[in-house]
Amino acid sequence: MTFLGIPPFPEAARTALGDTQLRHNLAHATATIRGKRAAVVAEVPEWEELRLAGAAIKDNTLRHLDEHLVRLERSLTERGVTVHWATDAAEACDTIGRIARSHGITEVVKVKSMATQEIGLNEALAAQGVTAWETDLAELIVQLGDDLPSHILVPAIHRNRAEIREIFRARMDTAGPELTDEPADLAAAARRHLRQKFLSAKMAVSGANFAVADSGTLVVVESEGNGRMCLTLPEVLVSVVGIEKVVPTWSDLDVFLQLLPRSSTGERMNPYTSTWSGVTAGDGPQEMHVILLDNGRTRALADEIGRQALRCIRCSACLNVCPVYERTGGHAYGSVYPGPIGAILNPLLNGVGADAQTDSLPYASSLCGACFDACPVRIDIPEVLVHLRAEVVDARRGARPHAEAVAMKAAAWTLGKSGRLRFAQRVSALFSRLGRRRLPGGRRAIARLPWPGSLWTDARDLPAPPRESFRRWWQRHERS
Amino acid sequence: MRVALLVTCINDTLFPETGKAVVRLLRRLGVEVEFPEAQTCCAQPMVNTGYLDEAVPVVRAFTRAFDGYDAIVTPSGSCAGSVRHQHAIVARRGGDERLGAASSKVFELSEFLVDVLGVEDVGAYFPHRVVYHPTCHSLRMLRVGDRPLRLLRAVRGIDLAELPAAEECCGFGGTFAAKNADTSVAMGADKARHVRGTGAEVVVAGDNSCLMHIGGLLSRQRSGVRVMHLADVLAATEEDR
Repeated sequence: MTFLGIPPFPEAARTALGDTQLRHNLAHATATIRGKRAAVVAEVPEWEELRLAGAAIKDNTLRHLDEHLVRLERSLTERGVTVHWATDAAEACDTIGRIARSHGITEVVKVKSMATQEIGLNEALAAQGVTAWETDLAELIVQLGDDLPSHILVPAIHRNRAEIREIFRARMDTAGPELTDEPADLAAAARRHLRQKFLSAKMAVSGANFAVADSGTLVVVESEGNGRMCLTLPEVLVSVVGIEKVVPTWSDLDVFLQLLPRSSTGERMNPYTSTWSGVTAGDGPQEMHVILLDNGRTRALADEIGRQALRCIRCSACLNVCPVYERTGGHAYGSVYPGPIGAILNPLLNGVGADAQTDSLPYASSLCGACFDACPVRIDIPEVLVHLRAEVVDARRGARPHAEAVAMKAAAWTLGKSGRLRFAQRVSALFSRLGRRRLPGGRRAIARLPWPGSLWTDARDLPAPPRESFRRWWQRHERS
Repeated sequence: MRVALLVTCINDTLFPETGKAVVRLLRRLGVEVEFPEAQTCCAQPMVNTGYLDEAVPVVRAFTRAFDGYDAIVTPSGSCAGSVRHQHAIVARRGGDERLGAASSKVFELSEFLVDVLGVEDVGAYFPHRVVYHPTCHSLRMLRVGDRPLRLLRAVRGIDLAELPAAEECCGFGGTFAAKNADTSVAMGADKARHVRGTGAEVVVAGDNSCLMHIGGLLSRQRSGVRVMHLADVLAATEEDR
């Protein structure tokens, strides 16, 4: 699920920040979605109650996840669905490849699905001689551009329409040289391309936004109708469902189908909501499989503070409000789950302490808290980020001490007693004549420091230390 | 009521004028604030970077220093938020629940003025064009709402302009400013651009840490725009002129 070769966040972010076209595309796109979301959320006076309800349903379900999953398996089986359990990505991909091969199928169509992105299904199927076609427009743009998704809802958010036209012209047989970059033109070309795939594919792969345990119903929420085509036309349907997607009853959907579209696309209701409960003779796919995917979820569930991340309904509201994501884009996070939710979900699913890229993610945030306010299921992302930072630090304890750890230990020692802080302040006062620049108001400022001070002064002036600390002033003037 | 000033380590060490301004302001409003000299830091830099073991002795020093006070007032939304929401985490790590004892007694300056003292007009005079930047922790952790703006609107002579995208983070973020310096600066550059677009002479906020970042960029750009803490503005009177 981690993109190969992506460096730790600070380095990947630096590259992304230098791409002015990317910055422009992202600022424009996220501002548009932010505005739409804010408007439709403001229409709902009981929004906070809905958030609380969504969080409570998810928490209660996760508390008894084992029972709900067994119930789901039973309901699905009774309705003619074959249920598979997959511990990890390889097991899930192998199962899907085996199903395709058992029918001699070499082409499958896909509904947009985060779970299949997470397990790297397209690449795994290709290795088994099966071609997977993305049918969501944005996923198609990413696939044809040999690109990586950079947003949960809008995987090609980093592309503008001129770039999309070039990708279509180069890679799509239904797009001629006369193709313009008008959205309607681009959509029409994609439509012609996809129609061939829908009508010829014998097997579809989907995810699911929700899986209802008591009725054995899977739910896919979408905008383009490509999902509906995939879910109804092929003979074989395989759905990859993360184990945290289960909800106990049909009526629980009431809450989530209000929360999701408003948070996600900024719409009151999404255009297509498909629900299906097993095989119906003579109508739709006649062979159905559900793969219940763990792939790190039970690890996340075991984390008392981190487990709230499993409430996530993949709306991407946190990405659109995140000032870090808006500037770096999704690729810098090195995962199909970018942005604030990715910064906690990837370490929770992968575990911390194993690789530097994953360990850099909890630090990819200024802890501004905008993500928590936007989250429809009240995941306290800043709380989890701080918790995971402690796990990263704890995982490194005992290893060779690095500069940051030494600095933190020194700071903690100095701040452990006021006498030590007083001494440090007297030393820093010796540097009060440092700096030739003057800040507005007259104070001296330092424009250049050696590392690690250069991390600050490369772009920012730093006020020179004052001649006297507050505590010294207090002792001289106020202490009676 | 015994009121203690939590000046914060950054104000103590780098911005002593803000501490003095709080003392002057509160005295003018009839509150004799004490400065417990055993105080050092709220431990937020350690907690937010993941160094919980290192935070334990710092929070222990904090708890001892502020023992016996009825209220703790601080010119920092971020440090108030750290005491209120993070000391419990450190207490858990240290296996000592007394380390969370100060959490319910701490007030950020605008909360203390508006909620405890019940004042909005503090008798200040500041004849300058000003924009207010609501810092993230005061806004989303403490939920101070428009209290700082209500205090600023009552200042005589002030020309308070509206800051575009005011509620967006400036990019400081504590150790984020160094660990992810490029992203931090990119965020700050947008904040500085919005500030400069208003024609303000002064950017005001409730946290000198964020202002050090915003001001550092504004200074590097030679913008001539000054940064000032809310306390410094509220403490200013006509006699200061």
